[in-house]
Amino acid sequence: MNHNDIKSNVLTTTLESAINWGRKNSLWPMPFGTACCGIEFMAVLAARTDIARFGAEAIRFSPRQSDLLIVAGRISIKMMPVLIRIYEQMPEPKWVISMGACASSGGVFDTYSVIQGIDQFIPVDVYVPGCPPRPEGVVESLMKIQNLIDKEKLSDYALSSSK
Amino acid sequence: MLLEQTLAQIKEKFPDPVLETTEFAGEQILHVKGQDILIVLATLKANGFNFLADLTAIDNLTLGGYERFAVSYHLLCHKTAERLTVKAYVPEEKPSLPSVESLWKTADWQEREVFDLFGIIFEGHPNLIRIMNPDDYEGHPLKKDYPRLGRKERGDFPVIDRGIQKQKPSK
Ligand code: SF4
Repeated sequence: MNHNDIKSNVLTTTLESAINWGRKNSLWPMPFGTACCGIEFMAVLAARTDIARFGAEAIRFSPRQSDLLIVAGRISIKMMPVLIRIYEQMPEPKWVISMGACASSGGVFDTYSVIQGIDQFIPVDVYVPGCPPRPEGVVESLMKIQNLIDKEKLSDYALSSSK
Repeated sequence: MLLEQTLAQIKEKFPDPVLETTEFAGEQILHVKGQDILIVLATLKANGFNFLADLTAIDNLTLGGYERFAVSYHLLCHKTAERLTVKAYVPEEKPSLPSVESLWKTADWQEREVFDLFGIIFEGHPNLIRIMNPDDYEGHPLKKDYPRLGRKERGDFPVIDRGIQKQKPSK
């Protein structure tokens, strides 16, 4: 092997960007579809918008195998403990998309039983407006998540001291 | 035909429980006292109104009516395809009436729903617990005097932070 081979076969980068590149192009979403937005999310998966193009087609219905929680639909007071449990079951690193007006703010359901925005209780990275959002909007939010991942530093992941 | 016969028979047989009969949009409504609902419905069932299509309740807080609550039973006769609505009135102070679960098994869950949302007690129901709201929920939210935004039920959960503290992405 001469040094010309090495030149054309080896790529140098930082560990950080290699890890981020891997993470952002292989998101495994966990859809938490509780209402009509869940149906729209199926359209996001289908041929026309096809999030396989962004490496996010491996839909897992187990939170333990996924790193992107997509909350699609209204969350009732009976469902919120379930959502919290599912969020806590996901391994780090993890990201959350709040899809649609209901998940983000309660939408038109300003009643005793509907949570007025899941971000009161779990952290949300990207909100998608709309009722329901168009599939393009969800793809945009996925790309926003990818940008967030791209900007991450390994040192960001210093474990918090307590807990 | 069957409907008129049955109504006449019921009125004759139970002069005390039956308050009145009215007609709305071409359908007959039989108004009865809540405590006597079981015997009235048993008679109706024996007379051919064999199917309980729906069981629900109305809060008459601002509507007026004989009592605060009316539990309504929508009956259907499969032979003649005639329908009859029965309204059973229950007072605010002691909102209870006999369960009709012994006549129609379908009343089981529907009575639980009415209990959950209106707080009406169905005596003799085999398992009268909440069906939709959480078990530890307080109050009955479909009552007209229940606050629309609830009594802080929706703010009562632990707040989860990120397990790993990510710094804000630096520009
Ligand atoms: S935002 Fe609209 S489409 Fe989405 S769950 Fe709510 S009501 Fe349904």
